[in-house]
Amino acid sequence: MTQPQAAPPAPEKPEQPGEPGSAARKPALPGGFGLPQAGFLGRARQGGIVYPFIVLFLVLTIWKGSLFADRTNLLEILDQQASYLIIAAAGTMVMIAGGIDLSVGATYALCQVIATKMAETGNPVLAIAVGVLVGVGVGAVNGVIATFFRINSLIATLAMSFVITGVASLVTSGNLIIAYSALGFANFARTEFLDVTTAAWTMIGVVLIFGLVLSRTIAGRYMYAAGSNAEAARLAGVRVQWIRLVTFAISGGAAGLGGIIDASRVLSASSSNGGTALTFTVLAGIVVGGTSILGGSGAIWRTFMGVLFIAIIGNGFTLLAWNPLYEQITLGVILLLAVGGDAWSRLRTA
Amino acid sequence: MPDNDQDLPGAHVELKDIGKSFGGTRALEGVTLTITRGSIHALVGENGAGKSTLGKIIAGAHAPDDGQILLAGEPVRFRSPRDAINAGVNLIAQELSIMGSLTVEQNVFLGVEPSQAGFQSRRELRRRYNELAASVGFELDGGGNAGALRTADKQKVEILRALCRNAELIVMDEPTAALSRPDVDALHTVIRQLAGNGTTVVLVSHFLGEVLELADEVTILRDGRLVQTVPAAGQTEESLMAAMLGRSLDATFPPKRPVAADARTVLSVRDLVAPGVNGVSFDLRAGEILGLAGLVGAGRTEVARAVYRANRVKSGSVTVSVDGRTGPRQVTVAGSPRTAMREGIQMIPESRKDQGLLLGRPVRENVSLSTLPQVSRFGLVQRGPERRTVRDMLSRVDARGGGQSDPASALSGGNQQKLLFARSLLSDPTVLIADEPTRGVDVGAKRAIYELLTTLTADGLGILLISSDVEEILGLAHRVLVMRGGRVVTELTSDNATEATILGAAFGAKERGAS
Repeated sequence: MTQPQAAPPAPEKPEQPGEPGSAARKPALPGGFGLPQAGFLGRARQGGIVYPFIVLFLVLTIWKGSLFADRTNLLEILDQQASYLIIAAAGTMVMIAGGIDLSVGATYALCQVIATKMAETGNPVLAIAVGVLVGVGVGAVNGVIATFFRINSLIATLAMSFVITGVASLVTSGNLIIAYSALGFANFARTEFLDVTTAAWTMIGVVLIFGLVLSRTIAGRYMYAAGSNAEAARLAGVRVQWIRLVTFAISGGAAGLGGIIDASRVLSASSSNGGTALTFTVLAGIVVGGTSILGGSGAIWRTFMGVLFIAIIGNGFTLLAWNPLYEQITLGVILLLAVGGDAWSRLRTA
Repeated sequence: MPDNDQDLPGAHVELKDIGKSFGGTRALEGVTLTITRGSIHALVGENGAGKSTLGKIIAGAHAPDDGQILLAGEPVRFRSPRDAINAGVNLIAQELSIMGSLTVEQNVFLGVEPSQAGFQSRRELRRRYNELAASVGFELDGGGNAGALRTADKQKVEILRALCRNAELIVMDEPTAALSRPDVDALHTVIRQLAGNGTTVVLVSHFLGEVLELADEVTILRDGRLVQTVPAAGQTEESLMAAMLGRSLDATFPPKRPVAADARTVLSVRDLVAPGVNGVSFDLRAGEILGLAGLVGAGRTEVARAVYRANRVKSGSVTVSVDGRTGPRQVTVAGSPRTAMREGIQMIPESRKDQGLLLGRPVRENVSLSTLPQVSRFGLVQRGPERRTVRDMLSRVDARGGGQSDPASALSGGNQQKLLFARSLLSDPTVLIADEPTRGVDVGAKRAIYELLTTLTADGLGILLISSDVEEILGLAHRVLVMRGGRVVTELTSDNATEATILGAAFGAKERGAS
């Protein structure tokens, strides 16, 4: 508080609109209030996923540098994780707004079988558009059930996931859908631009847009508000139900897009793809990243790192030729540490 | 466990040089204090002075960082509330811990249920409960559902719970904050009775009148330090307040600004029917503070919520006159708080934690929440303008402490309340409803809020003020509506409103008259 040119709260000047780092600085209020942000714990909480991510990355680089820190390997991870990252980014919004979406794995499959079936014979662009729109529609139904019918979103989306999987099986009659001749459809994920696949480019674009929506837009603020204290948000004029519905619709659309990207890569689709394995991997990524399962706090960049953290662990197991059975155990322990750490630091700062 | 002689006079608890920090904030520093067995010992101070923290340390809910606690002469260090309970020390926290789905008697004996071979004996439970309740004179049905009880009765459940664990020392944190007057009297009787039976009571309270009425000794804290411990006899509210503030408090309320004779009506409510509201009509003029008085449950908050469309309205009308530009216009009662806000009504809700703030979110987001479109372009929030707007409004309402990026939870109660004022005022409302705006805030912040309310009337704002503190209503409102049973029973003006007339109307003619 003993700054050189203290005196009156500086007029106009210190604001630098849109400068990312400026949020960290303490602006303009008389009388500081020493917050419990000092100390290792506070900083570890703020940084969260960043430190373990860097440590893991460095360890693998030193240990298996020639294989791991290789351009091709890293780009491949990015390409393979594209669908997970897109779905997890949308799931982050759902969770921040106070919900949870357990139906993404099912929606992923439904949209990919519909799009692949259409691409088999028809226009690939139309197929992709319809596939994503089906996802948005499914998500909107989830949203309506979870908000206006007031059914807990965990149960609502769990129930919906059975319905969606059933519908997907009906579409495929239980068969694998193959579209090997639909090369236009394959271009959607496989085209390379500057050595990076379009799948990865799409992911980067979507994640950036979601990140922008969440951190910079009015809608994003309303998501945080809805998850932080729904009643307070409602009394402050936020349409809580509506904003939650929107997050579910986005999540459904993202699940559809993810499914279509993966189908485009292999030119086939099945109603048994995705499923609970995908749903829980995505949720694990979100939670490991540090987004609170209780809503109201978190960020897309955290989820981005969380999903990649899990992917790098898998990649490390492969490169080191370790028994992949231990990968599951490792993942479980990390998840517990992430949630436990969140709860613990909450307890300490409460 | 408690094996000391019950009748031993002298020190029950001794605190030596107690210190406690939360994160970087020093909550208590070098507090040394002796609490006499069987006495009622009050802890007073402004919000943030450390009185609740000290109470919790005595009760074992917080462990002190420094210093020593002696219980009956023996040094103790409670590792958990259970440790403390075993040592005969109980805490009745501000937030009551009642299991709503259990019965009263199950709540009371929670964890110490009488059992035979692992099975609970309901008959034995009932017998023990009745015995216990009778011993302190509580008339509370043991088989009733605890969740359905009124707050005062829940307090009684907590007290019984403490007693059945052989509590020798009970720490009560703001036990009467949520109670209406008759319940307060009932609780005071209970507290006296406890002390009469040799139980030591540590009372953490905002209400100085209550402290003077009950306590044998008073400890005054300021900024985490002990100012003094004095016998309550010989103290006055003024002397306590002066010690708490370190400065003397002259006029508590700012002078009222008269309402202009030709002030237009900004809000008119007609025949409003809603949950808890049975046909309420009133007018509010520009620059006027209209007080809504009444007992808890009389329907004051319900009126506010109906006008603000936070509750569903069955019938009636709410008309807001905007600025004379559009003239008075009829407004339907349908809609949501969003609709009410657009009409020019803002409400500061009763509970800032449950209904007002996003505690984990930064101060800035809390303040700008209702008016984000004003600082946005194409749906993107413009950080610079947002920060400037928030800063200007925060300085207007005189909120201090914390930066805009700190979470709202880091602020004191008074400053949290000011955040809500800032949020409401940013939308430039025509009508402001303030529901218990000074509940749980310290004396200094109360004064600042009074000043603010008065200043706002000068700008032509119409204010509907709800308060359980009759003095507050008298000191601020130009007119007072007294409610009972969901209806307005009396309208009083500044001239004929007194504590006696308000309370008389609130209790109803047939029941007892004034306090």
